[in-house]
Amino acid sequence: MYKIVRKKELNSAVTMMEIEAPFVAKKAKAGQFIIFRVDEKSERVPLTIAGYDREKGTVSIIFQKVGLSTNMLGMMEEGDYIQDFVGPLGRPTETEGLKRVCVVGGGVGCAIALPSAQAFKDAGIETDVIIGFRNKDIVILEDEFKQASDNLYLMTDDGSYGEHGFVTVKLQQLLESGKQYDEVLAIGPIPMMKFVAKTTEPFGVKTIVSLNPIMVDGTGMCGGCRVTVGGEVKFACVDGPDFDGHKVDFAELMKRNSVYREREAETNKTHICRMQKLANDLIK
Amino acid sequence: MAKFNMDPKKCPMPEQEPAVRARNFLEVAQGYTDEMAINEAKRCLNCKKAPCVEGCPVNVRIPEFIAKVAEGDFMAAYEIITSTNALPALSGRVCPQESQCEARCSRGVKGEPVAIGRLERFVADWYMKNVNKMPEKKESNGIKVAVVGSGPAGLTCASDLAEKGYAVTVFEALHTAGGVLVYGIPEFRLPKAIVANEVDKLAAKGVEVMTNMVIGKVLTIDELFEMGYKAVFVGSGAGLPMFMKIEGEALKGVFSANEYLTRTNLMKAYLEESDTPIIQSKAVAVVGGGNVAMDSARCAIRLGAEHVYIVYRRGEAEMPARAEEVHHAKEEGIEFKTLCNPTKIIGDENGRVVGIECIRMELGEPDASGRRRPIEVPGSEFVLDVDTVIMALGTNPNPLIRSTTPGLETNRKGGLIVDENEMTTRDGVFAGGDAVTGAATVILAMGAGKKGAAAIDAYLKK
Repeated sequence: MYKIVRKKELNSAVTMMEIEAPFVAKKAKAGQFIIFRVDEKSERVPLTIAGYDREKGTVSIIFQKVGLSTNMLGMMEEGDYIQDFVGPLGRPTETEGLKRVCVVGGGVGCAIALPSAQAFKDAGIETDVIIGFRNKDIVILEDEFKQASDNLYLMTDDGSYGEHGFVTVKLQQLLESGKQYDEVLAIGPIPMMKFVAKTTEPFGVKTIVSLNPIMVDGTGMCGGCRVTVGGEVKFACVDGPDFDGHKVDFAELMKRNSVYREREAETNKTHICRMQKLANDLIK
Repeated sequence: MAKFNMDPKKCPMPEQEPAVRARNFLEVAQGYTDEMAINEAKRCLNCKKAPCVEGCPVNVRIPEFIAKVAEGDFMAAYEIITSTNALPALSGRVCPQESQCEARCSRGVKGEPVAIGRLERFVADWYMKNVNKMPEKKESNGIKVAVVGSGPAGLTCASDLAEKGYAVTVFEALHTAGGVLVYGIPEFRLPKAIVANEVDKLAAKGVEVMTNMVIGKVLTIDELFEMGYKAVFVGSGAGLPMFMKIEGEALKGVFSANEYLTRTNLMKAYLEESDTPIIQSKAVAVVGGGNVAMDSARCAIRLGAEHVYIVYRRGEAEMPARAEEVHHAKEEGIEFKTLCNPTKIIGDENGRVVGIECIRMELGEPDASGRRRPIEVPGSEFVLDVDTVIMALGTNPNPLIRSTTPGLETNRKGGLIVDENEMTTRDGVFAGGDAVTGAATVILAMGAGKKGAAAIDAYLKK
């Protein structure tokens, strides 16, 4: 069992948790992920690592309450224990040989972009960051990104905070103004990553995207997370999750990620029952 | 009662009716009663040469234990079996006896061989039901040994090392110990309570089992040595599933058998209470002819599919699956499309599988494996209407350990290279099971785990 040592609501739908997992904390690196299970009946859910404290032996995760498992996790409190927490899985973000980078984060994907930005900054790499949100109410981690960047550009879709527009608008401006990047790292919803890759392609800037396909074991066994990159089948859990954004087949990834969507909608009712039961158990 | 039973046929084992069992996940074969076991044991001629023993990868003293069963002394039989085989309840259920011990049985010359596997299972089940004494903790010699993986190779190796007094830690990547015995082999063929009981026995012997530990990621092999482990056994098992590289394999509804079985067995997606989703299929094509293909097909029918096809490019005689699994699958209504090979998977506008195109095959000259090579019959393509395709084609060994352990050499297929003592190219690092051989059987992995334990003992005594 793994203890939740800290919980913080970042906005109405996004939660940060620090989990006691000393072995994982010792090895975790930016770009890697963990798999958690709330209890014995839960599914295995991958989440990218949002931070770690090697001395305290804790790993932080930031998640949006979208499905059953993330909602159940969101109902747990400080001092509670979750059943399983395994990692660090996947390959870390590569920093070697880079001098200037731009990190692009979208929505809750910013949570995952932050440790990578920090890793770049710590490695002495000049780091620009563009983060985008739908509106002011869901902006997260602004101060943290200020610390982890040389230039921070905050965008909102409706202009209610920061600059008005999508992250790709800002990226386009920067590239057109002559900004030279060795690499652009994009982390966020699939359409956003796809359009970031499209934006950088004419400029010939290497673009890495962090993919989140469906996974079961996360250790290179089930093959559920296969993605097509440059016409080749790759497994996100062991070959990724970072891949060359100019080579990823995003359309296929989007389709594959929707395999269980209908079933999810159908069984939402029973899920709510189970969440209610869990809540009652926790109160007891 | 007569001393020998000269019936040319094996005593049949009670089974759930096919129509009933094809809708539940309870064990298919229900095991012998005491009387049935004694009666079957009397079919053994107790041959002096005991060819059956040579056919067993862990050399179970077969005629000796069967003689005890015939006498009704099941406890003595259990002790004889477990002197060489730590996991009889497992091997009795999942071994391909027809190509091992039973293939060499003298009774098999005229009639059916003695039902060695069923008797082994009977003895193990009898013990579990009537005695199930947890083993005692051996006096520790204080020497730490790490075992990576808790599948059949790792469990056997850890058990043998613990018997010899070593302080063993088993590192398991998943959240439950047992490896393929829990994520791969379904409940109806190997109840998970049996695997859990074996893991409990290991713990009683003083073995520490740590789950959620992905070696190669959370700790490297080198770090295990730094932590004071004096030797490491790698039994990390099967790896990434193979696909055919045909059109349509990325469609929704195409799964590797590993994924389909893991969802069903490890995550228990067949139970209402499990949160892990599994596809609701109407018609399923399973590609492959091994045990994993049979397990996938039989899970699919139990999960409610109306039609389940086995698509296999060779003939039924060439199928690597256990004869009993093929027999059971047929009884349960699985439709066999042998001498057929998929050419592409067909999808609709939403990217969902709607069919699989196959081509008929015929058998030519024997190939490197000694089996007759299948050759396509031109123009014989046809389409099976299915909404799900499961690829059960085997696996490539897991890359996590070899890619993080300097000096560990692998063969062309990615399997760890070992010498005759199961030692890898790294001093003190031993390996066995699928991590070495690629996809093979439970009993071969158990044999390798046993050999590995003996080799580690010899290595540490040097």
